[in-house]
Amino acid sequence: MKLRNKEKDVIALLSKAQRENKHNYITEDKLKLIAQEAGLSYGEVYGVATFYSLFSLKPRGEYVIRVCDSGPCHLMGLKSIFEVLEKELKIKVGETTDDGRFTLEEVSCLGICNEAPAMMINEKVCDNLTPQKIREILRELRKKK
Amino acid sequence: MIKELKSPLRVVLDNYGRINPESIEEYIAQDGYEAVGKVLREMRPEQVLSEIKASGLQGRGGAAFPTGLKWEFTAKAKAAPKYIICNADEGEPGTFKDRAILEGDPHKIIEGMIIAGYAVGAHYGYIYIRGEYLLSINRFNKALKQAREHRFLGEDVFGSGFNFQIEIHQGAGSYVCGEETALMESLEGKRGNPRFKPPFPPSSGLWGKPTLINNVETLANIAPIILKGADWFRIFGTKECPGTKVYAISGHVKEAGLIEAPMGITLREIIIDYAQGMRDSKFKMAQVGGTAGAILGEDMLDVSLDYASLGEKGLVLGSGAILVMDETTCALDMLKCFLNFFKRESCGKCIPCRVGTEKLLELATAISRGEGKEDDIDLMLHTAKVVQKTSLCALGQSLILPISTILKYFREEVTEHIKGRCPTGVCKI
Repeated sequence: MKLRNKEKDVIALLSKAQRENKHNYITEDKLKLIAQEAGLSYGEVYGVATFYSLFSLKPRGEYVIRVCDSGPCHLMGLKSIFEVLEKELKIKVGETTDDGRFTLEEVSCLGICNEAPAMMINEKVCDNLTPQKIREILRELRKKK
Repeated sequence: MIKELKSPLRVVLDNYGRINPESIEEYIAQDGYEAVGKVLREMRPEQVLSEIKASGLQGRGGAAFPTGLKWEFTAKAKAAPKYIICNADEGEPGTFKDRAILEGDPHKIIEGMIIAGYAVGAHYGYIYIRGEYLLSINRFNKALKQAREHRFLGEDVFGSGFNFQIEIHQGAGSYVCGEETALMESLEGKRGNPRFKPPFPPSSGLWGKPTLINNVETLANIAPIILKGADWFRIFGTKECPGTKVYAISGHVKEAGLIEAPMGITLREIIIDYAQGMRDSKFKMAQVGGTAGAILGEDMLDVSLDYASLGEKGLVLGSGAILVMDETTCALDMLKCFLNFFKRESCGKCIPCRVGTEKLLELATAISRGEGKEDDIDLMLHTAKVVQKTSLCALGQSLILPISTILKYFREEVTEHIKGRCPTGVCKI
């Protein structure tokens, strides 16, 4: 019976590579290495890496802020959330702060619609967001070294 | 813990919030794994199939395909090995029911998968959980470990000679992977591009082998049906759509959350009886079935929310997501949000979908800025129709539904934007 060979599972290898990188992304060298390990072409692995939204091929901040931009969150006041984040962090969606601490991303539904608007900071869920709550969250994160 | 609105009736959510999901002992104390025991000790695979068929259970992921029939097709397939997949790639905006089931009662899904495996002759199952659902993944991992320790998984389950294993696959962020063939591509380690159908998964699925793929909520119905019988299951819901449905309510209501209710409840009942009414302003519209679902106006408040009744009207129940919007909402602004979602999530395989979603968003954006032309609305409908007719999967095929239903109810409101005015003041013109 054919089972998944974890050593050759590109998605698992990419996830691992990204997790181990301190800038939250997959380097070109790593892509080449994974292609070799999985016995695929560089193009195939690049195709997989760029398909999935959780993967990044450019360096990201220590904290990746992923704001849900789907219907329920949009309805419950998302616009002000983006405005506050962009103003506080002085970056636009898709960018990373100069100090390398924060990256702002716009993502599809996170499944936290009953507590909208919501976002994730790395693996942590933040819900029922208000401009004030966001400012507090950022203040706490900035305090951490 | 997701807030569960008062639901007196529970089939799928019977253990939700009542047992510790990380304790297999507590699950067992609620008759947990008894359905697996009953099936392996007392029933032949054909008997399991006929029980599920008799229950009239339909796929709860959105397509509402008769579950028993799907199982039968897979059971009849000659090739081996066969696979079971639990589709836990819940990505339809407004939907959080599968997350609740996985977080609140993971063993019920394991049980459903084992029974499915026995019925169709599969010994291996995968559960594809979206990468964002970290708590679901952790809880399911724990549950799998406990089930193996208790020998509900592995070799010779219940001394019956039946073997079954389950492995988790963690998604990496993609809406279209919820489509069954895209999910299989992804499980095989590739880009999640949907495949041509036919062949359908029961004859050729994962690695080209017969595969049974069911949604989380569908599988959560299996153990109760086996234990209590198809006749019991048919007490709930309507004749065409038996059983209960877990609806996920969000938006401008006083209480957002999950409810389990018999199939056939109405939108009015959900809003008033469960969600405690509208929050601040009057009801304007609701989107049922997620972003790929239709907009329902006030005239639809008393329509039965089941697959058959909505299907007759050319609408869908889909995943059971209900987004309620009040009068402060701009119909065009929401349409733009939906189109932005489709544009972002289109996988790009079918050119009409890849280009069409982009063009549709451009048109809607221009209109919202007061830069639209009179015939832009018809151009949007035409474009959506082309995308619908020429796309391989439901993403491209169903985006016409939100567009056409918004325009059915709010064409005048959208036209006002072309004249330079947003009636709700949401769009900056």
